[in-house]
Order: sequence, then C-alpha cells, then structure tokens
Amino acid sequence: MKMATAVHPVPERENYLNQEYGVRSWLLTTDHKRIALLYLASITFFFFVGGFFALLIRLELLTPVGDLVQADTYNKLFSMHGQIMVFFFLVPSIPAVLGNFLVPLMIGARDLAFPRINLLSWYLFIIAGILMMHAVLTGGVDTGWTFYTPFSTAFSNTKVIEAGLAIFVAGFSSILTGLNFVVTIHRMRAPGMTWWRLPLFIWSMYATSIIFLLGTPVLAITLTLVIFERAFHLGIFDPTRGGDPLLFQHLFWFYSHPAVYIMILPSMGIVSEIVPCFSRKRIFGYSFVAMASIGIAVFGFLVWAHHMFVAGMSIYAALIFSFLSYLVAVPSAIKVFNWTATLYKGSITFSTPLLYAFGFIGLFTMGGLTGLFLAALGVDVHVTDTYFVVAHFHYIMVGGAVMGYLGGMHFWWPKISGRMYPESLGRLAALIVFIGFNLTFFPQFILGYLGMPRRYWQYPPEFQVLNVLSTAGSTILAVGYVLPMIYFLWSMRYGKHAEPNPWGAAGLEWMTPSPPPTFNFEETPQVTWEAYDYGNIDLPKEVPVER
Amino acid sequence: MSDSPAIVESHNPAQQHHFADMEQQRQAASLGMWLFLATEVMFFGGMFCAYLIYRYWYYPEFAAGSKTLDIWLGAINTGVLICSSLTVALSVRAAQFGKRKLLVTLLVATILLGLVFLGIKGVEWASKFEEHHVPGPSFHFEPTAHSHPNTKIDPQRIQIFFSLYFAMTGIHALHMVIGVGLFAVLTFYAWKGRYNSAYYTPIENAGLYWHFVDIIWIYLFPLLYLIDRKK
Repeated sequence: MKMATAVHPVPERENYLNQEYGVRSWLLTTDHKRIALLYLASITFFFFVGGFFALLIRLELLTPVGDLVQADTYNKLFSMHGQIMVFFFLVPSIPAVLGNFLVPLMIGARDLAFPRINLLSWYLFIIAGILMMHAVLTGGVDTGWTFYTPFSTAFSNTKVIEAGLAIFVAGFSSILTGLNFVVTIHRMRAPGMTWWRLPLFIWSMYATSIIFLLGTPVLAITLTLVIFERAFHLGIFDPTRGGDPLLFQHLFWFYSHPAVYIMILPSMGIVSEIVPCFSRKRIFGYSFVAMASIGIAVFGFLVWAHHMFVAGMSIYAALIFSFLSYLVAVPSAIKVFNWTATLYKGSITFSTPLLYAFGFIGLFTMGGLTGLFLAALGVDVHVTDTYFVVAHFHYIMVGGAVMGYLGGMHFWWPKISGRMYPESLGRLAALIVFIGFNLTFFPQFILGYLGMPRRYWQYPPEFQVLNVLSTAGSTILAVGYVLPMIYFLWSMRYGKHAEPNPWGAAGLEWMTPSPPPTFNFEETPQVTWEAYDYGNIDLPKEVPVER
Repeated sequence: MSDSPAIVESHNPAQQHHFADMEQQRQAASLGMWLFLATEVMFFGGMFCAYLIYRYWYYPEFAAGSKTLDIWLGAINTGVLICSSLTVALSVRAAQFGKRKLLVTLLVATILLGLVFLGIKGVEWASKFEEHHVPGPSFHFEPTAHSHPNTKIDPQRIQIFFSLYFAMTGIHALHMVIGVGLFAVLTFYAWKGRYNSAYYTPIENAGLYWHFVDIIWIYLFPLLYLIDRKK
C-alpha cells in the first residue's frame, strides 16, 4: 500500500491549487475542492460578522443598565447574531467546506455527482449573503432568529422580508448541497467501497443531507408564507383573521429543530474520524455509530414541539414530544460511549485535532444532558426563555459544532493546503477556546437557573458578577478563534510541506498527495479493507507528528 | 488530465469527465431529480398541512369560499394539464427513439398547453381582484350569496381560505412558469439535435418535474374547488 511510504512531495507537482491561477479559475471552477475553499472564505467572513454582534451583546451585558446600546438596537443585535450564525455559518460550515472537500475523496470519486450544481449552490449562498448583509446594513432585523408571528408579520418594522428572502435562498443552496451528497454517496463510490466500509464522516454527511432535503423545504415555505403575509396581506398566521401563530411555530421548528442536527451530526462525523486515528484503534462499534447518525436524523424530525411547551399547545401532545425528545439521547449516548470505548487502551497522541475532539465530547455531553432538563416538562416551564436555554444550545452549537469544525479543519488542513500548521500553537489555541468557551457559557447556566431571562438588554444588579465572567470569557474565546485563522493563513506560505499522510491515518483521502490533484486520484482506487482498520492495514503504530 | 481508456472508449459527447460511464451518469441524474421532487413534496407539504388544519377548523368558511371559484375554468385547466402530461410522456418516448421533429413538436405542444393553463389561471385571479376576494385591507365578502342561508360565516376567517387559495395556486403557477422556461430551453437543444437514444436524461428529468407539477394541481383542484358542491 502506498499510503505509508514517506515520499516528500515535490512542490512543483501539479495539484488542484496550482493547476490554474486567476480569479476566473476560481469563480468558474467546478472542482469540489476549490468550491470548498470558496465556501471556507465566505463562511469565515460570516463567522466574524456574527461574532462581532456576539461581542457587542456581551459588552452591553457587562453592566446591568442599558448603557452601550438601546433596547431596539439590542434586539437587532441578538437577532442578526442568531440569523447569521445559524444560517450563514453553522448550517453550511462543515457540510459545505469539509463535506464538499472530503466526500468525493473519501469514497474514491473524481468529483461530486453534479459539479455545476455545486458551484450554483455557492453562488446562491453568496446572493443570500449579500441580501442578508444588505438587510443588516440598512436597518437590521429585530424578530429574533425565529421570526415568530404575528410580531414578524404585523408589528416589526425592520427588514423582515429581506432577511427572510436571504434565508430562503441560503436554504436553497443547502438543499442543493445535500442533494449532491446523497446522489454522490449512492452512485459514485469506488469499487469495493461498500456501505459498511464507508468512513463515519460519510455516514454523518448522509444523515445531514437527508435533513437538508426533508427539512429545509419546510422552512422555505414557512418563510415564504411570512413574506406573503407581510407583503401581500395574506392572513395565514394572523390571529385577527382566525390565523394561528402556533401553526407558524410548528412549521418553523419542524425545520429548525432538525437544523440543530444539521449542525451537530457533521461534527460527530469528524470526531469519529479523529478519535480512531489518534488512538490507533478501529472505532468501537462501527455499525452502531453509523446507525446512530441515521437514528438522530430520523428522531430529530419527531421532537420539534419541545420548543413550544409553554406556547399553549395541548398537554397530551407535549407529553409525547417530551418522551420522543428523551429518545434522541439514546443514539447520542451510543456515540459518546463508543468514542470513549475507542480511546480505551488506545495508543493516544494528544495532537490538536484530538484536543478539539475531547472538547467536543465533553461539551456535547453537557449540552446534551442539559437538553434532557429542557425536554422534561416541569423543568422546562421553570427555565423557558432564560439563559439556561441560551447556555444549553451554545454548548451544542458552539461547544459541539464549532469544536468539531475546528478539529476537522486542523485534521484535514494538511490535505487541503498541503502545509502543516504549527502544532504547539494549535494546541494552545485549542486550550484557549476550551477555557474561553466554558467561562463564557457556564455562568449562563447558573444565570438562567436563577431566573435571568434571555433577550433583555438590562438585568437586575445581582446578576452582574456572572455576566462579567461571561463577557470576560467571550473575549478569551475570540482570541482562541482568531489565532487559528492567523496561523492557518501563515502556514499557507511558511508552513512545512505536508506529506500525503501526515497522521498515518486510514482513509482514501490520505492515499492521494497533499494537496490532491484536480481529479483526486491518479487512478480509481480499489477498496479491499474495512474503515479504520488500524490493526491490520500497513500504517504506523504511532501518529508520526512532529513535536 | 489522464482519462482512463474506458472513458475514451465510450466517447459520448454528453458524458461528463467525472462519471465512469453513461449509465452511472444517467442514474445519478435520475436519483437527483427524484430527491429534488422529494424536497418539493415537503415544500408544498407545509401549505397542505396549513390547509388541512384550517379546513377542519373553518369548514363553513372554506365551503363558502370554494363556491366562489369557477368550477368550469378549474375543470378545463385540469384537462389542459393532463393533456400536457401526455405530450411530455410522449416526448420522452420520442427522444428515446431519436425522432427529432416529433420531439420538438411535442415539446412545443407542452409549452403551449402550459401557457393556456397560465392564461386561464390569470383570468380566474383577475376576477377575484374584481370581486374584492383578495385578502387585505380591501377584502369584502358577502356571505349570503355563496352559502347556505342558515350557516354562520365569519367574514374575517374566510380570508384564510383565500390566502391559501392564492398562496397555493400562486406557487403552483410559479412552478408552471419555471417548467415552461425549462421546456423552452430543451426545445432549443432538441431542435439542435442534442438528444438521442443514448442521451435523453434532460427530457426525462424535465418530464418528471412537469408530472410533479401536474400532480400538485390534481390535488389542488378538488381541495380548493370541490368543497361541498352538492346542491
């Protein structure tokens, strides 16, 4: 097997990065790897825009009085923070960047099934982004990221239509990405790459794509109806005409709850790649981890109304949704236990990607367990619309999804860029992110439990100490996020050249040079081994990372 | 780029570089279209769900609203769409047999039938505007004219029926417009002779889309026009 041979790549070798130069070669590319990089640049931009709003929110909450911004501005800040982070960073983040880059490589294909549709999805994303930024710069939105009616349709006088349209178009873009992945995984696998030999990242991408395909259209029609109601006075959600605002919430959460799994499943896939590699063991319970991804996608569609326990829906329906929400814990726990079982007696190397994976496992467990608090009807009544909820979903979305994303970026950066990032700096950044994250969001659990409501720009003075801690944590977190961006950019020029397989990892993507040639493989690979078979395939016993 | 010999061998000009053979390409495109239709089912599903709930709650209003719609224009439109589905089905067959002229004729017929549908729909909408049956500030509904004298009709709630009527038929019509545009492009390529027995996937997939849009109307017609029509 050629993956273990340590051939130093010749810098002039033709690859997807140096094959063509110039703006046209990027903007008209149909290469999935280049489109992944286009997405990387775009979502990084939105991450920092959304992060900027987050920092303003935290600054305002440094003091109990509304001194930095007024109430109206504060409403816009948290609305735009949510909309940009959810629809323009978290949802596309791993699928559109790492998924785009890795799906064809991991299954041994030359490209995604529909390369031009892939490029179209990026353009749709950019159109959506321009619409969103226009809405932001010409007055913003103050409905919260949830667009609840009738406030969004009848009362708010901000840019609801524009933001709704932006999210509609962004949704179209993610539908096309999901469609591309499902078709590619079904039809483009290399000879011998059976379903049970697929890397777990592919399984998680498959599950994510199913949610893209079945969930996103419902959000699209919901936002369309909101736009119709605002623009043409249709009255579907308008209570003065017999319309039902609860119907809006049902339709909205039918997408937006599964959307949480769009964010977390890809990260789980990444952790399932990193953990076996850095513990040099086959993953424990492969088929259970794979099926848990599908299980989360399926159960995820059956729990949406747990966002509405106090909204006035039937208590019997609430009981059923509460029970179903508990069920999601089962596949999630299967994953956590199987990762820890993989680590058990493994030959562990504490490299940066594994540190992020550890962060993911710990923070996701906390986020998941507090999710069970919220699924319990009695506790939910107490903590609804408090900072407890805010802390819970940030543990999932930031502690889980973003940790996984950063872990994946470090793990595959040598493959993407052909360069190594500075390992010690990487570990330092992982540590800063972990500390900053916990300092930011753990106090919010306590604040929420003590009764501080979310979405207010002022609060009683007794909550100040915990809020100061949270704001301090957010600045540390910001440093932890800026640091990788700086050293990734630095490494593109000055980093050590990466070998084809710097981690000694299993997987087809490591059997082609770093960075890969335009059509990924010199010849179509033949797969004759199981995924993560670290005991049997010819791979180094230790991760060959430089200290 | 080193194309493997197998790919050079088949050398169908329509084959894209990243597929191993035409069969794989056809299967991928077909699966992609079916998945896209699944997303469309979910898209319309949101509105059908709203329809179900409100019709259950406000049945008298829905029945009264339904009676204001022109059943004949709706029925004719249903017939027009079914005919267009036939011409589409035949056009796929014509493409498979490589009959270029027949293919172009059938595609043009489909486009014309689609435009007839949109024209009739436009006439129906225009009359709704004249009757002030469009939801909004100028909405006005005279309950007695369209309902049993002893059922109570809420003149506010009936706007929900018309809201759904305009949303559902409007988004359906938008899909028709997209379909007509799609067939216009395909007609151009068919006229150029791009499709033959080895490569007709675009016709097949556009046909699938058209049948889907047709099926949506097959549901919309009874749900919107045929509520409580018995004398």
